Amino acid sequence: MTVPQNPSLDASDEVDTRQGMILYLEDLTVSFDGFKALDELCLYLREGELRCIIGPNGAGKTTMMDVISGKTRPDSGSAFFGIRHDLTQMSEHEIARVGIGRKFQKPTVFPGHTVFENLELALRGSRSLWHTLFAKLSGEQQDRIALGLDTVGLSDEAHLPAGQLSHGQKQWLEIGMLLAQDPKLLLVDEPVAGLSLSETERTAELLSSLAGTHTVVVVEHDMEFVRQIARTVTVLHEGRVLAEGPMEKIQADAKVISVYLGS
Amino acid sequence: MTTGSAAQSGSRSWLLAVGLFAIAAIAVPLLNLGLAEDSPLHLPDYLVLLLGKFACYAIVALAVGLIWGYAGVLSLGHGVFFALGGYAIGMYLMRSIGTEGVYKSELPDFMVFLDWKELPWYWYGFQHFGFALFMALAVPGLVAFVFGFLAFRSRIRGVYFAIITQAMTYAAMLMFFRNNTGFGGNNGLTDFKRLLGFTLRDPETRIGLYLASVTALLGCFLLCRYVVGSRLGRVLRAVRDAESRVMFSGYDVRSYKLFAWTLSAVLCGLAGALYVPQVGIINPSEMQPANSIEMAIWVAVGGRGTLAGPIVGALIVNGAKSWFTVALPDAWLYVLGLLFIGVTLFLPRGIMGSLLSKHEGTRT
Amino acid sequence: MKGAGGVSRWVFSACMAVLVCGAAAAVRGADAELETLGVKSRKQLIRAVVAAGHRDDPAALPVLEALRERRLRVDETGRLYAIPPEGGAALSLTRGAGEPAGERSLRKPRLNNLVRRSLQPVIALLELHSDDREVRYAAAQQLGKYPREDLLEPIGRAQQRETDPATREALDLILAQLQLKSDDASVRLAAVERIADSGDLSLQPLLEELVALGDDGSFAEPDARVRSAAKAALGSFALEQWLVDAAKHLFYGLSLGSVLLLAALGLAITFGLMGVINMAHGEMLMLGAYATYSVQLLFQSYAPESLDYYLVAAVPLAFGVTALVGMLLERSVIRFLYGRPLETLLATWGISLILIQTVRLSFGAQNVTVANPTWLSGGFEILDGVVFPTSRIVIIFFAAAVVAFVWLIIQRTRLGLEVRAVTQNRSMAASLGISTDRVDTLTFGLGSGIAGLGGVALSQLGNVGPELGQAYIVDSFMVVVLGGVGKLAGTIVGALGLGVVNKFLEPVSGAVLGKIGVLVFLILFIQRRPEGIFAQRGRAAEQNGQS
Repeated sequence: MTVPQNPSLDASDEVDTRQGMILYLEDLTVSFDGFKALDELCLYLREGELRCIIGPNGAGKTTMMDVISGKTRPDSGSAFFGIRHDLTQMSEHEIARVGIGRKFQKPTVFPGHTVFENLELALRGSRSLWHTLFAKLSGEQQDRIALGLDTVGLSDEAHLPAGQLSHGQKQWLEIGMLLAQDPKLLLVDEPVAGLSLSETERTAELLSSLAGTHTVVVVEHDMEFVRQIARTVTVLHEGRVLAEGPMEKIQADAKVISVYLGS
Repeated sequence: MTTGSAAQSGSRSWLLAVGLFAIAAIAVPLLNLGLAEDSPLHLPDYLVLLLGKFACYAIVALAVGLIWGYAGVLSLGHGVFFALGGYAIGMYLMRSIGTEGVYKSELPDFMVFLDWKELPWYWYGFQHFGFALFMALAVPGLVAFVFGFLAFRSRIRGVYFAIITQAMTYAAMLMFFRNNTGFGGNNGLTDFKRLLGFTLRDPETRIGLYLASVTALLGCFLLCRYVVGSRLGRVLRAVRDAESRVMFSGYDVRSYKLFAWTLSAVLCGLAGALYVPQVGIINPSEMQPANSIEMAIWVAVGGRGTLAGPIVGALIVNGAKSWFTVALPDAWLYVLGLLFIGVTLFLPRGIMGSLLSKHEGTRT
Repeated sequence: MKGAGGVSRWVFSACMAVLVCGAAAAVRGADAELETLGVKSRKQLIRAVVAAGHRDDPAALPVLEALRERRLRVDETGRLYAIPPEGGAALSLTRGAGEPAGERSLRKPRLNNLVRRSLQPVIALLELHSDDREVRYAAAQQLGKYPREDLLEPIGRAQQRETDPATREALDLILAQLQLKSDDASVRLAAVERIADSGDLSLQPLLEELVALGDDGSFAEPDARVRSAAKAALGSFALEQWLVDAAKHLFYGLSLGSVLLLAALGLAITFGLMGVINMAHGEMLMLGAYATYSVQLLFQSYAPESLDYYLVAAVPLAFGVTALVGMLLERSVIRFLYGRPLETLLATWGISLILIQTVRLSFGAQNVTVANPTWLSGGFEILDGVVFPTSRIVIIFFAAAVVAFVWLIIQRTRLGLEVRAVTQNRSMAASLGISTDRVDTLTFGLGSGIAGLGGVALSQLGNVGPELGQAYIVDSFMVVVLGGVGKLAGTIVGALGLGVVNKFLEPVSGAVLGKIGVLVFLILFIQRRPEGIFAQRGRAAEQNGQS
């Protein structure tokens, strides 16, 4: 009953990062009604890197995330995960299964499910239809959910419907779900929008601690936050990479100042 | 929503369902066959028929409720699956008339009337009850699978999906109206005589069909209950609430929807197969778009996102319909129309949904 | 030839008539010939009719007409009398014309179909002598239906003396048909060429006979030149036939497309611009049609002399009534369901049930008749034998006018500007001081009013009944979805395209299968191009998932 899937995909199909790089975006172009959201964008990510993407509105940040996660198909160019997986040929769930997790700008959790169930659904494991029809939670899986609840500080709310959580708690639940999914590459879209100062700090800590074992891409407007976590920053402008490098260098870049920081 | 309570009150709802079934299964035959006709408690035959029909409608409502209430996919075309199930059994019933028809021919009367000389190939095998019953489930399932495969692959959802399912049932109705399609055209299949050797008009056969219908209802309820209680059910509800999150969590949303959709169609086919021997006719008007929309209102009245809701809704709406069409026939469409408007405006969670939320409210 | 004697007698009597003007002998001779029509035996009667044709004497025309119309009477001596068409006593047709029959006992000749069939072409032939151009043309057409070989010569003469070009051409074509049977191959060849030139598709079977193989394997037409000419003619006929069919399908397709467009245009506004799934849209069409019916009733009672112009009054009234009903619905129900499309769908379905039942209770469940005004009946003959009904032509123009009206409102009025603003960014429009509530109500009213106009058109094409709208709702949604939600131009292309495709499919597959084919095609089309139709790409697409 499953819909035919990409034949290049099977269980042993781990991401191939022997070259040290986990993501290759080359000459990506996406246009909407003549407007070029991405214009021959090139971007490479090393495995274990934490990369911040900044840029003014309409610079193409979200579109880039959409292309990586399979939501948008590029008009031209290529997007490879490792050297094996051609992301432009895979569907959203296939991309998620090979290890790319995504957090949305607006927190999206399952509002009708309890916090526990949210994590259960996100938990790494078989996603096949028949498996889920007969699946029972093992002790090990329950432990992992408990651990996840603890990490995001929602143990007390475990049996509350996620729709009743506060905005910040939803943000955290979504991050918790992302972690439960255990992806190689995390795409995080504005993780601290609407969070309090202390929550922002905790988020920064969490993301920083993930780097190394995971590759993390953060799109953020909050420059203070970027300064806190950033090792390498990429500035997008009009669908292209305007500048790339350490934060100090970026802050000193005249081009960047003129299009972004200056305004 | 009702997720937590559904999980927790699970064991009780199971007992309740079996209990109600036992009452329905014992009381009705007892009151109908066991009591003399002049007894004040005697249940007349027409009420047995009505209750049997209601059981079939309840299965339909359950099927629509499964796909709409849990997977968030509103179908305005379930009448097709119901009718296909009905036609499959109708074909068996036509074949079992044998040579007792008006024209005393081996062929069904309408074929003789159309001057056909032999049985079309797709009528082969339907003289066997088992084959017909299998087809009553398999054909709706297959049609739903193909249709759903195409639609879900293209990510058609929401009202667009609803509209193309309506187009589907409309197209199917036009198709079956044609005499050349080979299913009796306008008049459909009727004048049935026997089912598995039992005369359809006998009260005992009626009771047997009634019992089969309520048993099927119980079975469908328990099956749906298992499905929505499994992790698959949780994935379905997640698809309903935040489809993209489910995709980005690595679930192939299409196959989950397709599963629920196909299962729903199969249940609908079963309901049609039980319905047709009781009412004695199946014709293309069952595929009118209006019929399918009415199925949706049963679910809306009873409550989406629950399993008991659709059953309750089907009983209430059809009970009201039976009463009004006899007592105040002109008023029925007003009642139905107001029901559509009133439920969506004032009772968006339906009767069961509202009851449950009140229940939760008092508890916390 | 059989008619030779007759002709010589005719020539003789004609000469006599000229020489001895009004001479009794000539009159008696002619009378004697006419009086052969008074015979008793039907066999002989037929023979006499044929002979009259061969004589080609217009004097026989009143007798033959009287015979055809059963007004002819015969006395014991075989003299002929006729009852005048207006009735009264039988008057003599021969000696002492006009003299009443008096006390004589008259016999009524017995007619049967064989006699009538023999009468038809002879009367037509004699009518070719008429002074009236119209009569001669009609007679030529009549003769052309079943050309009779034995009338070849008189028809030839009629063709020679004919002054009206159209009649002359028609006769020439009849001659050509008859000459296909000629013994002379060159005559046959010329005939084939004349038939080919005429382009008259009804003559195609005659040419097919020529090129067909007989049972013994030989050609019906022995001459190869004639055969190849016939083949060439058939080729050009086939092309012409195809063109005529294509023109017909195109016209009826455009006509159907206009109806679909009128039905769907309102929906394109409420669904496309506002995102409201209005299942009661079909009932707006129905209300428009009933408004037209009511206006017709009013005119019948109060202004029967200007009944022909009731449609002119019906158009604004239908628009007004349905727009009002639409605005009422928006205020009372739909307003509360914005952002919940599936609920809107169900609630508006409920509304449609109530509207249908209300109309059924007030106007009756039966169809009512809305008559075409005289200026809408009839049609234009665009090509030979292809008549386009006036009502359908007018509806194409009406649809175009409605489209122009909608375009003007959307593009050129303050309301249109506000509608566009609210469609694109509701909160921004609100913060600019646009009353979005009011815009919603007016937009919905506009969409409903347009549907009412569609109803006026539908009332001119078919039955008007309470369930009129139900038949159009699926089609209308399909048109809007096919053309692209939110794009009026797409709706136009979608409606016309769908109409034309439907009409081209119909002759191939039959009406019902054609319709099913179109539905299946649409479902598949939506599969193939979901982005192009449903989801605008980019961020706007997000909203589509939230239903």
